[in-house]
Amino acid sequence: MPITSAPPEAAVLPRRNRKAERGEARAGVLFALPWIIGMTLFVAIPLVVTFYIAQTKFQIIGAPKWVGMQNYEALWSDPAFWKSAQNTLIFGAISVPVKLIIALGLALLLNRATALSGFYRTIFYLPFLMPAVAGSVVFMLLLTPNAGPVNIALEAMGLNPPDWLLDPNAALWTLILLSLWPLGVETLVFLGGLQNIPKDVSEAADLDSPKRWHKLVWITLPLITPMVLFNLVIGIIYSFQVFTQAIVIGGTTGTPAEATLMYMVVLYRAAFRYFNMGLAAAMATVLFVVVLILTLLIFKTARSWVHYEGGEI
Amino acid sequence: MSKQRKPSAGARIGMLTYHALMLAISAVFLLPFYWMTISAFKTNAEIFSDPVTWLPDPIRWENMTSLLTREDFPFVQQFVNSVFYAGTVAVLVCLSCSLAAYSFGCLRWRGRNLVFGLTVCALLMPTIVTFLPIYLAWSKIGLTGTYWPLITPFLFGDAFFIFMLRQFFMGVPRELLDAARLDGASEFRIWWQIVMPQVRTPLIIVGLFATVYTWNEFFLPLIYLQDRQAFPLSLGLFTFQSQRAVEWSVSMMGALLTALPMVALFLFTQRLFQRGLSSIGLK
Repeated sequence: MPITSAPPEAAVLPRRNRKAERGEARAGVLFALPWIIGMTLFVAIPLVVTFYIAQTKFQIIGAPKWVGMQNYEALWSDPAFWKSAQNTLIFGAISVPVKLIIALGLALLLNRATALSGFYRTIFYLPFLMPAVAGSVVFMLLLTPNAGPVNIALEAMGLNPPDWLLDPNAALWTLILLSLWPLGVETLVFLGGLQNIPKDVSEAADLDSPKRWHKLVWITLPLITPMVLFNLVIGIIYSFQVFTQAIVIGGTTGTPAEATLMYMVVLYRAAFRYFNMGLAAAMATVLFVVVLILTLLIFKTARSWVHYEGGEI
Repeated sequence: MSKQRKPSAGARIGMLTYHALMLAISAVFLLPFYWMTISAFKTNAEIFSDPVTWLPDPIRWENMTSLLTREDFPFVQQFVNSVFYAGTVAVLVCLSCSLAAYSFGCLRWRGRNLVFGLTVCALLMPTIVTFLPIYLAWSKIGLTGTYWPLITPFLFGDAFFIFMLRQFFMGVPRELLDAARLDGASEFRIWWQIVMPQVRTPLIIVGLFATVYTWNEFFLPLIYLQDRQAFPLSLGLFTFQSQRAVEWSVSMMGALLTALPMVALFLFTQRLFQRGLSSIGLK
C-alpha cells in the first residue's frame, strides 16, 4: 500500500484548501445518494401514500375512492381493533421492561472472566438465531396441555398447570413469557456497554464504597444508559409489530378466543384477507402516530437520564 | 486490586454458586433446542410418551429422509431459496451500506447531519407503517410472487446496517484519507482501495447479521410469495405446520434443519457477532 509510506507531515497539514473541501462535499453527497434515493422510495413516499390510502376506500382492484375519515370511524367501532390494540399494549408494556431487566441481569452475571464465560455467552445468544417460526412451533409442542413435557413435569410435581397457549386466560401471558427467550441481542449490547466502562473508573468505585450495590446504581447503570435507551426504543417499536409468533400460535383469528390477536395480525388480515387497504392503512397511520409520540417522549426524557461520555460528535 | 493469594474458602463457594446459577440458566435457555432435537428423531407417539423420554430410542433417521422427500414440504428447494435470499441480501447490504456509511462516517459535507438524522428516523420507522404502498406498487408492476420485492430495497441500503457500519467507518483515521487526497487519489478510489480494506472485519460482521435477519425473515416472504416452491424455509415451515399440525416429528425435523445453519454459522463466527453488538449505542 503506497499510503503507509506517505510523508508524516501530510497528517498535520494545518488547513485544507477550499477546492479539496468542495471535492469532499461533492463525494459525500454522491456516496450518500443511493441511500437518499432508497429512503425516499421505500420510506418517505410510502409514508405519505399510507396517509392518503387511509382516507380512501381501496380494494386493490380499481381506483381508490376518497372517503375522508370513514376508515377511522370504522376502526373506532371495530372490536377486533380494540382487542388487538389492548393485547399488543399489554404485550409490549410487560415484555419490553421485563426483558431488559433480565438481559441486564444476565449481562452483569456475564461480565467477569471465568473459564466458562464464552460458553455462557454462546448459550444466551443462541435463541436469537432460532427463526421465530421454528421457535414458536417448538414452544407449542413443549407446552401442549396434558401430553407436553412441561405439563407432565409440573403435574408430576403435584402442580396444576394451565393449558398455556390453549387457555384464553393464559395465552397472552404465555406469549409474553415466550418473547423473553430470545434476549441474546439485548444481553450482548449491555455486555458491550459494561466492558467499555474504563477500568480505573470501576476500580475507583471499588475503593470509594465497599458496597457492590452502590457501585451498580451510581456508577455502572449511569454509564450504560445509552444501551438502555437503544434497547428500550428498539424493543418498544418491535413489540408493537409482534407478528410471527402471534400468527404461528393463534392464526389470523388470535385463537383461543382472540387472546393472542395482535395489532399487526389484524392489519394483515384487513389487507390480505379482506383486501380492505383503506382500513389497513388507517391502522398503520394510528400505529405511526402512537410510535412517534412514544419515541419523542422517550428521547425527550432521555436528556435527563442518558449519559454520553464526551458528548455529541 | 491484585489478589495473588489462593482463593479463600468463601471465594470458592461463591464461585461454585455462580457457576451453578449460570448452568441452571443455561439449561433453561437450551431446553427448547434440546427438545426440538430429540423430538426430530422420535415418532409422534414417542414425542408424547409419559413418562418423558430424554433420548430418542431408537433414533429415527428416517424422519430426515422423509422430510427431504415430501411433496408438501419441498425442503431442499426451500433451503436453496433461503440460501439465495439471505446470501444476496448480505452481499447487497455490504456494498450499498458501505457507500452511505463512508459518506456519514468519513466525509464532511453540508446536510450530512440532517440526512443521517433522517436515517435514524428511517431506522425507527416501523415496517408496518410503510409496507402497504410498497406492496401495491410491486403488485402494479406485476412482480409479486418473485424475489424482486424482497431484494431490491437492499440495493439502496438499510438504515440499521448503515448505522452499524458508520460506527466503524468513524474509526478510520482521517490522516489516511488526507494523505491519499494529497497523492491525488479520487474519492472513489479512496473508498474502494483505502477505506474498504480497513473495515473488512466490520463488513463481515454486517454481512453475518444481514444473513441471520434475512434467513429468519417471515413477514415479507409471506405477503409477496405465493408458490410453495418459491418459499424460503421459515415460510415453508409455517405453511407445513399450519396444514399438518399433528405431524410433530416432521415439524421438529424441519425446525431443526431450519435453525441449524444459522447456529453453525454463529458458532464459527461468534467473536464477530459480539463485536458488532458492542458497537451499538456508543454514540
